[in-house]
Amino acid sequence: MMIVPCPWCGPRNVSEFRFAGETRVRPDPDTATPEQWRRYLYVHSNPAGWTRESWYHGAGCRRYFSVERHTTSHEIRTVGADQ
Amino acid sequence: MPGVNAGSNGSGDGAAAPVRSGHHPGSRSRRPRYSALRLLRHGLTQEDWPVTWRAQPMRKHYDVVIVGGGVHGLAAAYYLASNHGIRNVAVLDKSYIGSGGSGRNTAILRSNYLTPEGIRFYDRSVKLYEHLAADLNFNVMFSQRGHLTLAHSDSSLRTMHWRAEVNKLQGVDSEVIGPDEVKRLVPYMDTSTNTRYPILGALYHPPGGIIRHDAVVWGYARAADALGVHIHQDTEVTGIDVSGGRVTGVRTSRGTISAPVVLNCTAGWSTLISQMAGVAMPIQTFPLQAAVTEPVRPFLDTVVVSGSLHVYVSQTDRGELVFGGSVDPFASYSTRGTLDFVEELAGHVLELMPALSKMRVLRQWAGLCDMTPDFSPIMGRTPVEGFQVDVGWGTYGFKSGPVSGEAMAECIATCRTPEIISAFGLDRFAAGELVGEKGAAAVGH
Repeated sequence: MMIVPCPWCGPRNVSEFRFAGETRVRPDPDTATPEQWRRYLYVHSNPAGWTRESWYHGAGCRRYFSVERHTTSHEIRTVGADQ
Repeated sequence: MPGVNAGSNGSGDGAAAPVRSGHHPGSRSRRPRYSALRLLRHGLTQEDWPVTWRAQPMRKHYDVVIVGGGVHGLAAAYYLASNHGIRNVAVLDKSYIGSGGSGRNTAILRSNYLTPEGIRFYDRSVKLYEHLAADLNFNVMFSQRGHLTLAHSDSSLRTMHWRAEVNKLQGVDSEVIGPDEVKRLVPYMDTSTNTRYPILGALYHPPGGIIRHDAVVWGYARAADALGVHIHQDTEVTGIDVSGGRVTGVRTSRGTISAPVVLNCTAGWSTLISQMAGVAMPIQTFPLQAAVTEPVRPFLDTVVVSGSLHVYVSQTDRGELVFGGSVDPFASYSTRGTLDFVEELAGHVLELMPALSKMRVLRQWAGLCDMTPDFSPIMGRTPVEGFQVDVGWGTYGFKSGPVSGEAMAECIATCRTPEIISAFGLDRFAAGELVGEKGAAAVGH
């Protein structure tokens, strides 16, 4: 069981949340090449260790936020709200 | 399974030392075949079975180094040696062979996929599996007992019809059947209409079935070893050397090996191994859990899958029920089981078969699934010359072991991508030519 620290609701059971994937920087739509868009869409760093990712608190405040999580130990820590 | 544990037990400690290799020097000719007569003789005389594969001293150079000693890596090594005569091959595994996905899957084989590319590919694998025991002289216990994919809604029934028609066009035996026929095949199934998710029909795939997954790994290891392939267990790859856009070798926990061709056959760690060669992968790793119950009298003749209920179940030859579900809801490299999984699984299984309410779960485990955006694998060459991949196997890697090994061996030996895997190249993501198998690859994605 994993407890996810929601910046607005506090620590809650992981089943309340939806995993939204690694936090990635969206390319600038005005200047991005198709290759940059494809990398943004498909390529993941997928580390075995600490990673920064987005979660969505669907059964709570219904807001997105970022956490840092260790993908082998499931240690998790808050970094703050996305917006 | 007599004698099969000799090789893997022998190399548990003393990583650099050749274990037991002195027992059978140059044993290719002396290696006896398994047969009923030999079984009888060993039963009467109680003599030891010969080692199944040997732990060889590591060479400084191999023509091909395969990273990952699962069914994919060992099959590729076997077909390189048997079909193409390339025998200076090493298979490296950081643990024991078959310790990853090959020993953690639920051993289901089928070819009733959705895309013509996928169906052709997996059907070739089922065909190879049908003759595998004879080819390898090793009983892999393939039982073609039929495979049922249940539909609980109009939309999933429509997908079943779609799959059945594409299957038939490709010559794969597949048809949609009604609830009455489902009840006839699986008498313990609750096919009444007053359940939460009534069964509206099913995709029935008679050639599908289950197999002994460890035996497939051991059979390939034994056959590859007999042809001169070196299997190095407890040998972790720590780096891949690339020079001028060409792979030149691998660094391992037991020293450096030079090789012009390196094949990444890992699951779970395929992104990390590819990154060692500087190749970025469109992969996210998710654990997939499975569980097994205590053994009971045989009552379930077919493999039953329900996508809507996120569950699949089959009964092993020993009578245990093997359950699997959908991948865990977030990316992870952890292989720990969770209570959430068994609770959800139990609820869904009882919706299908209420009579199982007194069954007890013996154990649960998890394996790592490398998920790609289109639920199809990534096979063939990469931008780094000589570095090839056979990865991204998501939840469907085991059933494709033989065909992947055959195709990757051909790809390496001929330097051309075989037609059967041409749709699965890494370049398809740049070209926008994805092979969408989401509707047929697994449950509940």
